Amino acid sequence: MATDVHGPVTLQKGATAQQTTATGRPHPTTRASAVRVQGLTRSFDGRAVIDDLQLDVRPGEFVALLGRSGCGKSTLLRILAGLDRDIEGTVLVPRRKAVAFQAPRLMPWKKVWRNVLLGLPGKPERAAAEQALTEVGLTHRANAWPKTLSGGEAQRASLARALVREPDLLLLDEPFGALDALTRIKAQRLVGELWRRRGCAVLLVTHDVEEAVLLADRVLVMDGGVIAYETQVDLDRPRDIADPRFAELRAGLLERLGVDTVA
Amino acid sequence: MSISHAPPGPSEPDISDISKSGAAQPAPPDLVPIVPLSTRRTRVPRWLRRTSGPLLLLALWQLLSSTGVLSPDILASPGTIARVGGNLIADGSLPNAMGVSLQRVAVGLLLGTLVGTGLALVSGLFQIGEDLVDASVQMLRTVPFVGLIPLFIIWFGIGEAPKIAIITLGVSFPLYLNVYAGIRGVDSQLIEAGESLGLSRWGLVRHVVLPGALPGAMTGLRYSLGIAWLALVFAEQINADAGIGFLMVQARDFLRTDVIVVCLIVYAFLGLLADFIVRSLERLLLQWRPTFTGR
Repeated sequence: MATDVHGPVTLQKGATAQQTTATGRPHPTTRASAVRVQGLTRSFDGRAVIDDLQLDVRPGEFVALLGRSGCGKSTLLRILAGLDRDIEGTVLVPRRKAVAFQAPRLMPWKKVWRNVLLGLPGKPERAAAEQALTEVGLTHRANAWPKTLSGGEAQRASLARALVREPDLLLLDEPFGALDALTRIKAQRLVGELWRRRGCAVLLVTHDVEEAVLLADRVLVMDGGVIAYETQVDLDRPRDIADPRFAELRAGLLERLGVDTVA
Repeated sequence: MSISHAPPGPSEPDISDISKSGAAQPAPPDLVPIVPLSTRRTRVPRWLRRTSGPLLLLALWQLLSSTGVLSPDILASPGTIARVGGNLIADGSLPNAMGVSLQRVAVGLLLGTLVGTGLALVSGLFQIGEDLVDASVQMLRTVPFVGLIPLFIIWFGIGEAPKIAIITLGVSFPLYLNVYAGIRGVDSQLIEAGESLGLSRWGLVRHVVLPGALPGAMTGLRYSLGIAWLALVFAEQINADAGIGFLMVQARDFLRTDVIVVCLIVYAFLGLLADFIVRSLERLLLQWRPTFTGR
């Protein structure tokens, strides 16, 4: 994957020191990273929500980020998306990145296909939008107003809007959180499939442990402003929730998150 | 759960009593049909329903006039007014006056829209613009614009300029307030989504902020049109030698209540026309809006 072109997220203070050299922390994946974060700190009113955080994501890797609510996982995603720049530390992300939010955030005054093309450079053809919509199974709604879409359809349109940018890094902020159980299962499968086809790196922020184990190569748990725990998920895909190893991983992660599992 | 399945026994005489009294078979509830919308809805077309209110008012008026409750000196009957109106149209004085008045409103509305929307964009989009513009506008808008007519006559003379200036002034404020509120009311989540999609500052304004402010702008336009007619009446009653207001002043001097009423009705119809224009614009420009449209 062509993720060697890194656009650093603009830093406000204390940036130069960490950026020039990797302060004696040689990392084996430095050369080939889709995300590289070192010494990242983000404070709200003097309280550090993210405190000297390190993170590396390989190109094409699917990483899930878990954590209790308010632990700063969404803040981290917003920083990687370039939406929050009031930070200290080094953050390197691919130039081509895309975000899908928890709410679809489609512009209600634009038809679905125009939403998909919004913000693309130049004068993109409608065909480009339709191709992306086909990938998420929404070709027939290309000409619809967003208000006529169901929750699942709107979320898929939002996903198409992210994919049409051909991102090297796809940031997903609890994209299935507002969907009903059945739609969520379908949407999770779709994301897994798209990831396999596109081969882009994915960072999925979620509070659903099962979803994380189902989709990710690596699951991170954020706590106290850092990545407090991480585990590889070496199960074959497609994964089976009934697999005992799946249950074991799930139980371990739940324990890390401070939820006691009934044995 | 049915009580009748409870094992009958000497220790539970109450329960067997209840089962005997027929509680196992509850009386069926009364069923009420849910009437489908299509059969409930009246077949009267929408435009007819909308005009029926004014028509009823007119009928009442005619009734009061023909029974003598309303004397012709106070208010002429609709029949008389229709005849007088016909005469005014026939001799060309009413169409002339309407042409002049419509032109004044059109020019004033255009200028007022430019000024109001322009200022709203400046103070809505930029913080520095807000600091510079908003306080002044909020201060000026409380000054009754009708009170400025003498000043405007001194400044602009007695030609078309003061009349158009009054309309422009009256139109600017409601547009400013509503466009400004519309811009500031745009969902910040959508702005953020636009940013994450790589929109430039101008792209954000064009694709997110302005369309988002459109509902507010439409409300502003509605108010503005109403005020435009109002300002026209004031402006045309001073130093005018043409227009509907002039016709009214003339009629007042000759105690012609019928002509005055004809002019008032013309104003009312122009107002109705303005409303129709805004409604059509809204249907065209705001069809994306997921709002309640009434039953």
